[in-house]
Amino acid sequence: MSQITPEFKLIADWIEPNSHVLDLGCGDGTLLNFLRSTRYTRSYGMEIDPQKNIQAMVNGINVIQSNLDSQDLIDYFDPDSFDYVIMTQALQVVRRPDILLDHMLTIGKQIIITFPNFGHWKMRAQLILKGRMPETDTLPYHWYDTPNIHLCTFNDFEDLCEEKNIEVVARAVVNNKHQSNLGTRLLPNLLGEVALYKVQRK
Amino acid sequence: MTDSIGIVTPQTFAVDAPLKLVSGAVLPKFELVYETYGELNADASNAVLICHALSGDHHVAGYHQGSDKPGWWNDYIGPNKPIDTNKLFVVCSNNLGSCRGSTGPTTLNPETGRVYGSDFPIVTCRDWVNSQNLLRQHLGIHQWAAIIGGSMGGMQVMQWAIDYPDKLRHALVIAAAPKLSAQNIAFNEVARRAIMTDPDFNEGRFLEAGTTPKGGLALARMLGHLTYLSDDMMGAKFGRELRTESLKYSFDVEFQVESYLRYQGEKFATKQNFDANTYLLMTKALDYFDPAAEYDNDLSQAFSQTQAKFLVVSFTSDWRFSPARSHEIVRALLDNDLDVSYAEVESEHGHDAFLLPNTHYEGIFRAYMQRVISETST
Repeated sequence: MSQITPEFKLIADWIEPNSHVLDLGCGDGTLLNFLRSTRYTRSYGMEIDPQKNIQAMVNGINVIQSNLDSQDLIDYFDPDSFDYVIMTQALQVVRRPDILLDHMLTIGKQIIITFPNFGHWKMRAQLILKGRMPETDTLPYHWYDTPNIHLCTFNDFEDLCEEKNIEVVARAVVNNKHQSNLGTRLLPNLLGEVALYKVQRK
Repeated sequence: MTDSIGIVTPQTFAVDAPLKLVSGAVLPKFELVYETYGELNADASNAVLICHALSGDHHVAGYHQGSDKPGWWNDYIGPNKPIDTNKLFVVCSNNLGSCRGSTGPTTLNPETGRVYGSDFPIVTCRDWVNSQNLLRQHLGIHQWAAIIGGSMGGMQVMQWAIDYPDKLRHALVIAAAPKLSAQNIAFNEVARRAIMTDPDFNEGRFLEAGTTPKGGLALARMLGHLTYLSDDMMGAKFGRELRTESLKYSFDVEFQVESYLRYQGEKFATKQNFDANTYLLMTKALDYFDPAAEYDNDLSQAFSQTQAKFLVVSFTSDWRFSPARSHEIVRALLDNDLDVSYAEVESEHGHDAFLLPNTHYEGIFRAYMQRVISETST
């Protein structure tokens, strides 16, 4: 199993005990396993990668192999099926993040989502000073081979929430070590590298 | 894949009491032929039932004495294989209506003293499950650790989970569908017409007439076989390859694919000596399978009493029972908040993929069976 990251611990803090959880892009099921042992959740995971599917199954996860770009979430689950629908570091790789968000908010009462901030100063600096697409520790790909086809800044995401009548219930902006500091609190969109959002329909 | 079970011997379970079938017909008595592998543990918590597909039988793994042909799922059942016979007690019975040993159209009808032939009543998935449930009691198994089946066998697994919800802990439904589509039924009907219009069919009483509707049965098999393969795989295997160097402009067998299909049909009807009445019965049982029909056509409702945990597997190039059909099953199980895992395995082998080696399939199968094994006592 993979390591319990600081991000997973932050997510666990947001989960009520005994709740019903869906994890989109659950990988080998580490997060769901962690939530099961610490929050006594009942859960399903969805994962497209065959190898990770096998690992998740070894870890005792109910894992549904699915491609979220070709199969709609709402074809699997009824509205309000889950207390939480979680997606870590995957919003930026799907074809239509806005539609997926809608579907997540349909089948889940609340959603927890984490993604890298394209507005971080390192990104801005590379674009302004070098005139090139940024490559950083959190986003280490070239422009032509990146799976991250829909990157956004925290401000962009919050604009989308506003537009879609989505309420931000909680937000944690952290650096790449998943720590929060004065900088990430004062100027999140400039100094924060990763954000965790908990949102629901207004 | 590792060791084989070695030599295995079929056994017979004879029931002297009448069995009432879904159709209303009654079998005055019947026999089920079955094989078992591995040892049943002290509290009988490690028993696994395998359900076979249309032309399959109880010989699922290992070898019969004097034969070099392994059972039909030998790749997946045996010591250290996904269905690990070092840990599990594996049972596979031959379905009623078959021609491989269990009571069927080639058996003598005790009421007439003649072979059943076309008098053998129509059997359904539910009848098979009811008869297997008697075998379960006979073997002293309170609850199956898992019931596993591919294709028609997968349908039987679902029927078990619906009809006997407390008699199984895990259900593995592989390359199956919740019911046949119009296209599926149409294929079956063409196969049946091929058999029944063969002059040697003799209204189904061909055994007494001393004939066999070989031509019709071979045609039915050719058609069936075609639906098990994928277009891509046939393209890769045969393409437009010819048997001779150039076209002959005749109706002889010219393309390799024609030769292959004829061989498959011929082998089925002669060497494998499959019974034409059995083929008719099995295709009918497939056509009738539709557990949702009793629940306002709501498959979720059909599973409302189900307790088993599920693994559902489909194969990308399977167009007979495509991934979309497995998706219907998964959706209905999720509606009931059941524990379910689903894998869509990349394979070019069409419907037949469920019988063949495949790394992803084997990985999933093994991982899930480990879960099953971990819940049994040693």
